[in-house]
Amino acid sequence: MQVLFKAEKDMLTVFLSGDIDHHTSKNIREAIDSELQRIMPSVLKLDFRDVHFMDSSGVGLVMGRYKTALVYGCEVYVVHMPDTVEKIMRMSGLGSLITFERD
Amino acid sequence: MRLTVDSRSVNESYCRVAVAAFAAQLDPTVEEISDIKTFVSEAVTNCIVHAYLSIPGKIYITASLTEDNTLIVRIRDKGIGIADVSKAREPLFTTGGDDRSGLGFSVMECFSDKLKVVSKEGVGTTVTIYKHIRGKNGNEA
Repeated sequence: MQVLFKAEKDMLTVFLSGDIDHHTSKNIREAIDSELQRIMPSVLKLDFRDVHFMDSSGVGLVMGRYKTALVYGCEVYVVHMPDTVEKIMRMSGLGSLITFERD
Repeated sequence: MRLTVDSRSVNESYCRVAVAAFAAQLDPTVEEISDIKTFVSEAVTNCIVHAYLSIPGKIYITASLTEDNTLIVRIRDKGIGIADVSKAREPLFTTGGDDRSGLGFSVMECFSDKLKVVSKEGVGTTVTIYKHIRGKNGNEA
C-alpha cells in the first residue's frame, strides 16, 4: 500500500495502490488528511487505478474524506476505479454525493 | 479448511487470501474471487473492530465446499457479542465511530447468496456465509 500525491493549481490528486482494508486505511487516511490540510485544494481526486482490493473500509475512507473536504468547500472525484472497486462503491450509495469518473 | 488467527488487523489480508485460495479449486471468476475476499474481509474486520475491541482474542475460520459447488465460510469469535443482530445488519448502522461505513453486513449479504448471523452477548458471534461458485466454465448448481 502506497499513497502518492500530485498537486497542480488548486487540484490535489491522490494515487492509491494495493489493498484498502481496515488495516491499511488508517495510514492512507492520515496521509491524505495531512496533505489536504497543507494544500487546501478546491478539487480532490482520488485515483483508484492501482487498487487491487477494497472492502467497506475504503467506502468509509472516501466518505470521511468527503466530509473533511466539504469543510474546505472542496469537490471530491473518484476516478479510474477497477470493476471490483466500483461494485462496492456503487452499492454503498456514495455515487449520490461524489462524482465517479471512469476515465 | 480451518484457520485460527489472532484478532490483529494485520491478519485481515491473510484471512481473505487464504479463503480465496481454498475456493480456487472451483475455478472461480475474477469477480467471484473478489466477492469472497470482500465478505471474508468484512467478517474478520467485524471481529477485530467490534467483538474484540477491548480484549484481543482468536478468530476461528472454517471453509468447506458442497457437492453443488457452494462455498460455505464460517467465521466465529468469542468476543462481546451483538445486542441486536437485526439492528447491526441494517445498512449504515455502526457503533464503530468515525470512518466506519456501517456497511459490513450489507456488503456480506450483497456479495454472497446467504448470510446467517448468530450472536450472544458475552459469548460471541458466528457468521456463516454461503456462495455458489459458477466458475469460469459455469459449474452446475
